Amino acid sequence: MEGAKDASSREGHHCGGCHSEENGKFLNPTPMLNELESGPWPSFVSGFKELAERTKKPMLRGVLDQLEYSYNTKMGYWKGGLVTVDGYGAGVITRYSMIKDKIPEAAEFHTMRIQPAPGLHYNTAMMRELCDIWEKYGSGIITLHGQTGDIMLQGIEEKYVQQCFDELNEAGWDLGGAGAGMRTAVSCIGPGRCENACYDNLNLHLKALKHFVGVLHRPEWNYKLKFKFSGCPNDCTNAIMRSDLAVIGTWKDAIQIDRDEVTAWVEKKGMDALVNQVINLCPTRAISLKDGEMHIETRDCVRCMHCLNAMPKALSPGKERGISLLMGGKNTLKVGVNMGSLIIPFMKMESDEDVEAFIEQIETIIEWWEDAGLDHERIGETIERVGLKQFIEGAGIEADINMVSRPRDNPYFKAPY
Amino acid sequence: MSIEVNGATYETDENGYLVNLEDWNEDIAVKLAEGEEIDLTEEHWSLVRFLRNYYDEYQIAPAVKVLTKAIAAEQGIDKKEASEFLYGLFPKGPALQACKVAGLPKPTGCV
Repeated sequence: MEGAKDASSREGHHCGGCHSEENGKFLNPTPMLNELESGPWPSFVSGFKELAERTKKPMLRGVLDQLEYSYNTKMGYWKGGLVTVDGYGAGVITRYSMIKDKIPEAAEFHTMRIQPAPGLHYNTAMMRELCDIWEKYGSGIITLHGQTGDIMLQGIEEKYVQQCFDELNEAGWDLGGAGAGMRTAVSCIGPGRCENACYDNLNLHLKALKHFVGVLHRPEWNYKLKFKFSGCPNDCTNAIMRSDLAVIGTWKDAIQIDRDEVTAWVEKKGMDALVNQVINLCPTRAISLKDGEMHIETRDCVRCMHCLNAMPKALSPGKERGISLLMGGKNTLKVGVNMGSLIIPFMKMESDEDVEAFIEQIETIIEWWEDAGLDHERIGETIERVGLKQFIEGAGIEADINMVSRPRDNPYFKAPY
Repeated sequence: MSIEVNGATYETDENGYLVNLEDWNEDIAVKLAEGEEIDLTEEHWSLVRFLRNYYDEYQIAPAVKVLTKAIAAEQGIDKKEASEFLYGLFPKGPALQACKVAGLPKPTGCV
């Protein structure tokens, strides 16, 4: 209530273009936003102010003023529009101010989505170049990484978008996806830095990216379609929840047990820990002790990853590795939040032929969805509407008992250990 | 906002889209295309006519996939090539530029 009263009194003399430069300060007072700086947490307001004071970009001051005004009036004042670069139908997210007469400095604040490298492996030279180009044309604000998986370059005016893109593109970067097409894919760190990776998800990400780059830049499907590539069932990209096409590493055979490392682990942590923190916490009770030795009943294992995470040296994924494809994960809108359902229980992902077969399968799935899906309908919603049977027939996939049986009990089973 | 063609003034929205669909004629299309820095060739015109006929029939601009499929069928090329062809004609995308030149309302949704 205090804030609202403040707003009405301040509105009068907020005449757009009147800055407090007279009192030697670059930024206008933002008492509401300042509240976000109190407390023990990092605050985007502090970062914003620091950047604004350092670069003296009026756009940043305008955005702070507009946000302050929003907080006072409890309304948002950004609206969308259409801005693209030559040859692209997607990649720039427009933000025009609805109150540009009041706060002209924040009239435009568009976002450029930039694709991340597979596994988010960058080198510092490229990052520096990206930052330099961005500070030249845009606000300098970067989000690593937005919910879409992209590097979000936030705050640019329409007139600089093409130039900025040209320079970024020259430096090796490309715009990400937006609209009703293939979206920017995301992969976990994969075999690059993780021993649990069951396939080369970085390679698969790159191959899929190259294959689908046309439909990423020129969206023309029913709605968005997202890939995420997780190396193992720990699913560090949250693929099951956040992607239409969740490609998750898995294995068919038994978990590999290094007996010496199990002994070393028990010596260090004690038998109690093995029983209480590993065996008792197995969700399907697949682990038991046989003559004092750890035994895993493979038939009962649902690859929840708990024991592997608890005993990283002693246990590792099986030898016969590949991927599972789950489909239909999405957030709200229409039928509500869905997690992915298992569509392809197992596919080998070792040779180039395996990758090609996978991409071909995805193409078939997309072709089916293009025809069977309605406008603004995610693929999971289409499958739910027409039924799994129709879908797997249309996509040429053979029915498998694992499609209805649970592949894992709970992908977020994370017990304390 | 507004544009002037042959001495007459036509109302446009803030993004330059024609407000009244019935105002449209070929001279206006040329003027709107000029604003997008596009020289209209016969290929552009055939696309513009397709858009207007589609809109007359369905009261909505076609989805991009409808457009690419129609182009693919007409030219005997595959969908990927049709998409590239489409963006060759209208570099900033069919939604942004082709609809504008054809005098259709600004497409909704996040394109």
